[in-house]
Amino acid sequence: MTIRTDQNGEKLDLALEGRLDTTTAPELDQAIKSALDSITDLTLDLEKLEYLSSAGLRVLLAAQKAMNKQGVMTVKNVSENIMEIFEITGFSEILTIV
Amino acid sequence: MNELTIEATVENITAVTEFVNEQLEAYDCPPKAKMQIDIAIDELFGNIAQYAYDPDTGPATVRVEVEEAPLAVIITFIDHGKPYDPLSRKDPDVTLPVEERDLGGLGVFLVKKTMDEISYEYRNGQNILRIRKTMREAGKNI
Repeated sequence: MTIRTDQNGEKLDLALEGRLDTTTAPELDQAIKSALDSITDLTLDLEKLEYLSSAGLRVLLAAQKAMNKQGVMTVKNVSENIMEIFEITGFSEILTIV
Repeated sequence: MNELTIEATVENITAVTEFVNEQLEAYDCPPKAKMQIDIAIDELFGNIAQYAYDPDTGPATVRVEVEEAPLAVIITFIDHGKPYDPLSRKDPDVTLPVEERDLGGLGVFLVKKTMDEISYEYRNGQNILRIRKTMREAGKNI
């Protein structure tokens, strides 16, 4: 997986490409945690994400919990197949998907 | 039928995924089913890698069988680690609000929801977990 980071003041955009799974989820967790302190607006762009497994969902949940305390988190460009994963697991109710 | 026996480690999830995908290459597997199979491998082989032999490691065998008409794949994961039936666990409550969410069991739940069948047995000192996914029925992709 590659993560493209674009930080502008308190706004952080992360564009994910590839697979967010057991092997790669720690990379995203690290990328979010290391930048999160000063962030009030976090956007995750999933346009080029091939899939995500529960390891990826775990990182998204942790990020959502953290952002609930300090700002907003938005998830964008969710493909139909990934949307189905969010729906099955109830994440479509937890995340703000645009 | 083809099988791969490999050390059950997180690093080897990719090798297992590639092995399974190679077996399916000739069948023009629809993208959505392929994604769901890849996720199932990550969840199930990942669980073996992280828990079956913990704190040591050990081998696992992944067997792939393809059936035609309807096109379906059966993947069997075999390890001889600690006896553990992942299906014995209660499904997580996916309607809880974010602060109350606990993600334990979500991976196996996802596999149950996206595969057509999942079964477990413990036999001859081995955990045997089998999933089945129909990929195409009456010419229609699933």
